Amino acid sequence: MKYKSFMTALLASSIIMGACNSTDEASNTSESSKVEETSTIPQVDLQTELDTYKAFALEQMDSFLIETEKFVNAFKAGDLEQSKTLYPLVRMYFERSEPIAESFGDLDPRIDGRLVDIQEAGKGEEEWTGYHKLEYALWEENTTVGYEAIADQLLTDVKELYALVQTVEVTPDLMITGAVDLLNEVSTSKISGEEEIYSHTDLYDFKANIEGAEKIFDILRAKIEDKDAALATTLEEKFTAVNDLLAKYETADGGYVSFVDLTEENTKELATAVNQLGEPLSQMGIILE
Amino acid sequence: MSKKITRREMLKLTGMTAAGVAIGASGFGGVAKALGYNLMPVDDNLLAANKVMFYGKHQSGIATPVQKHVYFASLEVLASTKEELQDLFKLWTPLSVRLMNGEDIGDSTTNAYVPPTDTGETNGLDASNLSLTFGVGPSLFEKKELGLAHLKPSELKELPHFPKDQLDEAFCGGDLCIQACADDPQVAFHAVRNLIRQASGKVLLKWTQTGFNALPANGGTPRNLFSFKDGTVNPSTPTDFDRTVWVDSGKSWMTNGTYLIVRRIQMHLETWDRTSLKDQEAAFGRHRDSGAPIGKTNEFDEVDLTAVDKNNKLLIPEDSHVFLAKKANKTILRRAFSYSSGIVSATGAYDAGLLFISFQKDPKSFIDIQNSLGRLDRLNEYITHRGSAIFACFPGVAKGSYIGEALFTTL
Repeated sequence: MKYKSFMTALLASSIIMGACNSTDEASNTSESSKVEETSTIPQVDLQTELDTYKAFALEQMDSFLIETEKFVNAFKAGDLEQSKTLYPLVRMYFERSEPIAESFGDLDPRIDGRLVDIQEAGKGEEEWTGYHKLEYALWEENTTVGYEAIADQLLTDVKELYALVQTVEVTPDLMITGAVDLLNEVSTSKISGEEEIYSHTDLYDFKANIEGAEKIFDILRAKIEDKDAALATTLEEKFTAVNDLLAKYETADGGYVSFVDLTEENTKELATAVNQLGEPLSQMGIILE
Repeated sequence: MSKKITRREMLKLTGMTAAGVAIGASGFGGVAKALGYNLMPVDDNLLAANKVMFYGKHQSGIATPVQKHVYFASLEVLASTKEELQDLFKLWTPLSVRLMNGEDIGDSTTNAYVPPTDTGETNGLDASNLSLTFGVGPSLFEKKELGLAHLKPSELKELPHFPKDQLDEAFCGGDLCIQACADDPQVAFHAVRNLIRQASGKVLLKWTQTGFNALPANGGTPRNLFSFKDGTVNPSTPTDFDRTVWVDSGKSWMTNGTYLIVRRIQMHLETWDRTSLKDQEAAFGRHRDSGAPIGKTNEFDEVDLTAVDKNNKLLIPEDSHVFLAKKANKTILRRAFSYSSGIVSATGAYDAGLLFISFQKDPKSFIDIQNSLGRLDRLNEYITHRGSAIFACFPGVAKGSYIGEALFTTL
C-alpha cells in the first residue's frame, strides 16, 4: 500500500482527502507545495493521453466491480474451487489500475489490506477486511463459513471505490509517478511473496502491475519518442525482458505457478529485470519539460 | 562543491541549441548520449579539496596512499557487444573525474518530475581523497559475444585452490571490479552507487564488501583486527613500484596496468583473543606493539630469517606468517582493509576480518607467497579465506582518452 505519492498528486489536483490523518496531510501538503515551487509548470498538452488513461482505468474498474461481484457470489455460495479460481484473476483488474484504485486512502486498506498492514496501522485483527482476509479463509482455513459478512463488506467497498474513481482527475504526474510506483510495488512486495502469503498467487499481481505500467508507457510513447527516442526503445526492450521472464512461469490455463515454486535464483532474475526497467521508466517525466 | 558545467556553457560549447532539449530532458546521461563523450570537458580540478588525480600513467587507488574506507564492488557484465562495453567505460570516464573532484555526476535538473541525476548523499562533502580503480576479471574474456578472448593476458587466470580455502561463491569472481576508496565511507559508496545506476542494464552487482582502515595520525602503518601492523614491507619508491606493481612495457594493453587480487579473509577473533601474546607474536613472527621482527626493536628493521636466540633456536619461527611469506622471496603491494559485516549466523561469531587487496605485476607473486604459507602458516588456525577474485587493472587514463581504451583499441 503505497498511496503517499498518489495522494501528493491528488492533493495537487485539489481532491479533498477526508480519510488521511493529520500527520499525513501535513507532510503531503508540504511535499506538493515544494514540487510546485521547484518545478516548471508542464507546458506540454497531454489531454489526449490523460483521457485515454482515464478510460483505461475506468474500464479496469468496471471489470473489477463485475468480477468482484462474481467472486463474492461464489464465495457466499460456499464454492471453494470457483472462489480460488476467481481470486487471483479478479485482483488483476485492481492491480493494473493501482495508481487510481489506490488513491482513496481509506478504501484501499479495506479492500487490499494485508494483516500486517492493519497491525502496522495500530488496528486489531478484527478490523481486517477485504480480499486478503478472504484469501486467508480460502487457503488457510479452507472454508467460507463465517466470512460471509466480510464478503458482503468487500462488495460494498468495491462499489464505493467504483463510484469514487469516476470523479478522479488524472494528472500527468499521477500517470508518471504511477507507472514507477507500480514497479516499486513489484520490487518491494510481489517479488518477496509478501502480497499473497496464503494463496501464493503473487505472480498474477506481478503481471498486472507490469501491464498497468506498460499501458501508461504505451499511452505516453509518442511523447517520449519526441523527447528521447532512445529512451522509448530502451523501455520497450526492458518491458519485453520482464514479460519474457514472466512468461516462463505461465501455466497451461494462462495462469501462473505458485510463488513458492520459484527459486531464489528465479526471483533474483525477476527482481533484476524489474529494476532495470524501473531506472529508465523513472525518466518518463522528461515529457513534462 | 566545485563548479559544474552550466547549461549555458554546455550550449556555448556545443553550439547546438537543440541540445537544450536534451539537457533539460534527461540530465547528464542524456547529454552524454546526445553529444558524444569527447565533448565533455571534464578535467581534474586542481583546486578541489582532498583530491586524488584521475588522469595519469597509472590508475588511482593503487600507489595512492591508502584511505580510511573502501567500497569494493565486483560486477557481472550484461552488455552484449564490445561496443556497448566500450561505451560504458566512455560514460564512466567523465563521471569518475567528476566524482573524484568531489562534484555531482551531473547538472541538477529543474524538472521535478524526474529523479535527480546524482543521488546526492555526498552534498556538503568534499572529494575525501576518493580514488576509483577499474579492472576486468578472467570471466569477461570468456563471454563470446564480446569477442575479447584473444586479448586475455596469460597472467589473468582464476587463482588456484590454496590449502585451507573455504571459498563462498557469494564472494568470488566477477567480470569487472570497481574499487572505490575514500576517507569518508559515504563518498566511496556514493561513487559506486552512481556509476552502477548510470550503467543500469549493462552491469549488475555480483558482490560487494566495505572495509575500513585505522590510520594513525602520524602516518604509520595501519593495524588489522589482530592488532598487528599490516603493510610494513610494501614498496614505497617509484623504482619499487616499477619492480613490483606495474606491468612492464611490451605487455600489450596491460602495460602500466597491474593485477589486483582480493581475498575476503575471515578472522576468528574469538579464538585469537584467547591466545597468549607470546603465541600471537609467534604466529605473525613480529612483535605486536612495535611491529618489529621478533628479536628486533623497530618496525622497519630487516627481517633476518636466520637469526637465532641463545639456545640456537630461530627467533622468527619457521611456521610464522612472516617467515613463510618472506621465504617465497616475492614482493607485492598490500593495500588491505579490515571489514566487519555482522555475524556468521550459524555460529554467532563475528563475520569480521581482512579485505586483503594486493597489487602485483604478475599474479604469480601472490600465488607463490600463498603457496609458501600453505598448510604451515600458524596464522591459518585463526583465519579462513572466504572470498577470492582477480582482476586485470587497466593502465591509467590520459586526458582525452577513456578507461580501458587500450583494451578496446587493441586488435
